[in-house]
Amino acid sequence: MSATDLLSDHVKKAIDQWKTRFPEGRQRSAVISALHAVQHENHGYLTTELLDAVAEYLELPNIQVYEVATFYSMFSTKPVGRNDVAICTNVSCMLRGADSIVAHVEDKLGVQLGESTPDGRIYLKKEEECLAACCGAPMMMVNHKYHENLTVDEVDEILDGLE
Amino acid sequence: MAYEQNLVCFNTFGSEESWTLETYEKHDGYKAWRKILAGEMTPEQIIDEVKASGLRGRGGAGFPTGLKWSFMPKNYDGQMYLVVNSDESEPGTCHDREILRYNPHALVEGMAIAAYAMGATVAYNYIRGEFIDEPVPRFEHAVKEAYDAGLIGKNVQGSGIDIDIYTFVGAGAYICGEETALLESLEGKQGKPRFKPPFPANYGLYGKPTTINNTQSIASAPAILRNGAQWFADLGPEGSGGTAIFAVSGHVEKPGNYELPMGIPFKDLLELCGGVWKGRKLKAVIPGGSSCKVLPADVIMDCTMDYNALMEAGSSFGTGAVMVMDDTTCMVKVLRRISRFYMAESCGQCTPCREGTGWLYRMLTRIMEGRGEEADLEKLVSVANKIEGHTICALGDAAAWPVQSFLDHFYHEFEYMVRNNGRSIVEATADAAA
Repeated sequence: MSATDLLSDHVKKAIDQWKTRFPEGRQRSAVISALHAVQHENHGYLTTELLDAVAEYLELPNIQVYEVATFYSMFSTKPVGRNDVAICTNVSCMLRGADSIVAHVEDKLGVQLGESTPDGRIYLKKEEECLAACCGAPMMMVNHKYHENLTVDEVDEILDGLE
Repeated sequence: MAYEQNLVCFNTFGSEESWTLETYEKHDGYKAWRKILAGEMTPEQIIDEVKASGLRGRGGAGFPTGLKWSFMPKNYDGQMYLVVNSDESEPGTCHDREILRYNPHALVEGMAIAAYAMGATVAYNYIRGEFIDEPVPRFEHAVKEAYDAGLIGKNVQGSGIDIDIYTFVGAGAYICGEETALLESLEGKQGKPRFKPPFPANYGLYGKPTTINNTQSIASAPAILRNGAQWFADLGPEGSGGTAIFAVSGHVEKPGNYELPMGIPFKDLLELCGGVWKGRKLKAVIPGGSSCKVLPADVIMDCTMDYNALMEAGSSFGTGAVMVMDDTTCMVKVLRRISRFYMAESCGQCTPCREGTGWLYRMLTRIMEGRGEEADLEKLVSVANKIEGHTICALGDAAAWPVQSFLDHFYHEFEYMVRNNGRSIVEATADAAA
């Protein structure tokens, strides 16, 4: 069995498409996109086996994939909750009440930043840095979607709506 | 005071479906590019025009864009690249996201123009990973529309010009906004800045000559070429041509992205944003993203918003991200949050930055927790000074400047907190008033 058997046809196709954007022999440029695709299909996190599979599929040394997976903040190498919630706490958001949004969410979910709820429903991402929506502060990103000008009531509504 | 808004990058704003090719063309979009395709402008003429316009890089450093383009080798026999930096992550900055979402064709046309001017036939747009939901699809849609309309591709409209545009999506790392870190990331590596020289114009992406420009800089090029360098230069004061998008955040009534002429007095900008919120008083402003030095109210109120004026005032234009703080703001708390950011985002390859940013954050934390000592205040500045200028890239400087300037202008707040077991002077003042 080849390690790449762990990758779905959909993921392989996505990686193949990304490879066409780069010159011949520069398939290493597709690592980041490959990891996004793989992580998306694996409940939001990456395993060593999956990293090895990506390395083999792209014909790269494993280390070149590991070092990318552990450098960028959007990749998780540990299991996380199904829904990814990231509340920006940087200055512009802090000035408009991000701290109280975080306190409210931690209290509501019973977990701290960086933890997932015991039922695996929500991953409250570790203290989030600026997501470039500063004029809509306070804001949070839920499963890649931006929610701006948040109030505590809106946060409740968004979180309660997560499956 | 009346200022005309949305003249350059936001020129389609207010139209329905402002991001489509149809809307963009109604606003004279691709007029400049079509002129080039018709052979009416040479690469040299384009570069001269951009130089004369006074356009300076909007990504933070303010380097003259035309001059940067002229650094690319002439008659180079091989692949050259244009790379656009849409890794918008400087805290407070959120206007490139608006260009990508609402006027992506300005960027596509700008990329075509810039690539042609420099002899590059391939252009990548590096977009931060968190933009995957809306900005990335909007930009990709615009690229597809441009291909389908025969505006980009191989031998475009029989002109002999080749230009292929690709999107690249990042994965979360502030450091990738640094141009050589961005190239490393584009090559599929960790985003760790390269030593310069060699500069990217000689040794860039895959070792080939490459120019990296900010989104807003490139999206300004079409308006410059269609209206003329003089038109653009005259919008702003000497040394700061054109308009800029001011991302005004924090304690104002109407935060937002405002595309306005360079050199607008700060007090007019503040008024356009509805003034300081809740009828409060202005305390301080960081005029260009968190890496810039903070300016107290009395200084910024006399400033105009352009490169020279902000430099003379002791800060810089940066990215045009204007962070406004009212008189209830605890400056120690703000600085601690800024320091946390640079600690978290340091790539770790230079010791002064990797270690120093942690020192700064931990010292500020212990001051806030009531465990600070007076000697810490001097130590903070001393550590910042030891980082500044001693690292490969500017992240080290960006971590140092806030510390130096906050302590320079608001020393009494830090001193008060150290002497009062972590109590903020702001809290004490509010309690005294109550």
